[in-house]
Amino acid sequence: MSTLEIKDLHVSIETEQGEKEILKGVSLVINTNETHAIMGPNGSGKSTLASTIAGHPRYTVTSGSITLDGEDVLEMSVDERAKAGLFLAMQYPVEVPGVTMTNFLRTAKTAIDGEAPKLRTWTKDVKDAMSKLKIDADFAQRNVNEGFSGGEKKRVEILQLELFKPKFAVLDETDSGLDVDALKVVSEGVNRAQAENEMGTLLITHYTRILRYIKPDYVHVFVDGRVAEQGGPELADRLEEEGYDRYVNANA
Amino acid sequence: MSETTTHLPEEKARIGAPSIPGFTEEGENLSPLNDNASSLLGGDSTKGHSHGGGVGVVDSSRAGRLTSYNVEDFAPLTGREEDWRFTPLKRMGALHTAELTGAAPKVELLGSEVAQLSTVAADDKLRGVALKPEDRVSANAWKYAADASVLTLPKSQDAGHVRLRITGESKDAAAQHIVVVAEENSEALLILDHVGSAVLAQNVEFDVREGAKLTVVSLQAWEDDAVHASSQQASVAKDAAFKHIAVTFGGDLVRLAPSARFTGERAEIELYGLYFADAGQHLEHRLFVDHAVPNCKSNVLYKGALQGKDAHTVWVGDVLIRAAAVGTDSYEANRNLVLTDGARADSVPNLEIETGLIDGAGHASTTGRFDDEHLFYLMARGIDEKTARRLVVRGFLNEIVQQIGDDELQERLTETIEEELAATNN
Repeated sequence: MSTLEIKDLHVSIETEQGEKEILKGVSLVINTNETHAIMGPNGSGKSTLASTIAGHPRYTVTSGSITLDGEDVLEMSVDERAKAGLFLAMQYPVEVPGVTMTNFLRTAKTAIDGEAPKLRTWTKDVKDAMSKLKIDADFAQRNVNEGFSGGEKKRVEILQLELFKPKFAVLDETDSGLDVDALKVVSEGVNRAQAENEMGTLLITHYTRILRYIKPDYVHVFVDGRVAEQGGPELADRLEEEGYDRYVNANA
Repeated sequence: MSETTTHLPEEKARIGAPSIPGFTEEGENLSPLNDNASSLLGGDSTKGHSHGGGVGVVDSSRAGRLTSYNVEDFAPLTGREEDWRFTPLKRMGALHTAELTGAAPKVELLGSEVAQLSTVAADDKLRGVALKPEDRVSANAWKYAADASVLTLPKSQDAGHVRLRITGESKDAAAQHIVVVAEENSEALLILDHVGSAVLAQNVEFDVREGAKLTVVSLQAWEDDAVHASSQQASVAKDAAFKHIAVTFGGDLVRLAPSARFTGERAEIELYGLYFADAGQHLEHRLFVDHAVPNCKSNVLYKGALQGKDAHTVWVGDVLIRAAAVGTDSYEANRNLVLTDGARADSVPNLEIETGLIDGAGHASTTGRFDDEHLFYLMARGIDEKTARRLVVRGFLNEIVQQIGDDELQERLTETIEEELAATNN
């Protein structure tokens, strides 16, 4: 079993008006085989947490810690975090012109595993994973995310999740912009990865919709850079009915 | 038709609209050309319509550019001229002033049984069919070229992949003239492979006749000390397709001016380019697409990478859609990727449109640093920074490499790009 531990995390970004604190002391413990949903209104710091775990240079950790089985994640470069077993499914995957999906997937898999995957099984693995996620086989020859629709980009993120087999996956609003069919396909992919790889999942979402397909063990509500409330799956049901108003109003 | 778009009579002006000298309802009267068509400044585009008028302004329109076979017609260069302002004249090896009597690079034909290479005298009638010098260096090369190499691609035959190896063996300032005749319905992929070292003023002309399909790759793989100024002009006849790909990474100073002129309808011109400038290199590309006849199509895309102190690239893309060229479809773009501090990329797209009856015309230019979001995305997948950078640069340039269609050359270029990237540890 692995553990991802976030302790009293404070994160700031540089803005034109100077430094702005987004996360104001966040603590979370996630074990493999657990699914944690992080919910909250827009601007509450959910995506900041996701990007900070992955090491995006825009975010500065001012205090607190993130550790993976005791190892200091904040000391690792972005690629070292991926190699250590962290995966971020991005909210807005970028297009990388001139780099084909095939080339990209193989290069990343080689980097993460420290050795090139066996060509025959790898090609088959990629093909199978693509077909399960209902991604057209042509996509393998296309450039990374180039000209993909929003839904296609999200499927390709989950494709990588299934192929790279991380210990912990952070899904940053993977459900946004997906129709019901795509949402089902993507959720099945996450559930498969969790079942096959003993993965821990940090599911960041604004809406409760995706929680019908991916069952959380824990729900944390983010408001203004802090965890305002946490509980079991029943908390999501309550949010479904009441929305975030009571947190936002209480805060104001 | 252009009367109504460019020269609105007073009474048609919108009521209440203020009258501003030099402006019509459509906007500013751009490109004031010399109405006197016999003048050196009066190109064809001045004949069909009447905007502007009055005294011509040098360089105000691409159509008004001086062209002449006589070097004396061009004023000595000062470096302040519009088309020389980016070029360091001191590093030109005196190509614009000297007597170009050095030995011209050796020309050898490789890899085709169909194509024929011959040498003709400087006064042969083949010379000047598709080319008329547009600057002083080109005119100087015209004057001093001792003879001309003529490559003939016979009609209705596919000559396949043809390579002209052009080997520079002397640093004495030299002139060279090459004529490529793509006969009716011929087909070929021609590689002009510039290697060795030279101080060379060069004219290359492509006579692309009816229905011919000619792809030219002009590869500047010179040694580090070479100086190369090359004017490469094509006339493209009815139903013909001309694709020109400039690939420049060698040489101290390279100034390549590919231009292509439509002479018949339904023809297609594509100009592509790929350059990679290292510390101290000056790589300049000035291209011109001349739409003078209706219903033709052109596409221009140049991509460049720069790294190291005082690496300098210049790209100037002129597209002229003359009044007669209705139904034109044209696009040009230049993209530069600056990999390190201290490099400089100049990019100037110029689009002149003299008729509104076109299918499309556009231009774009971007010069940017390495995109950090690309880097983050790839690194978040475990790929280290160095490999990620290489992936992106290779991907950026690959768009042009893929246009070439010659496996061996594509491989050679991919290797070159790798070497360039390894050189500064990118």
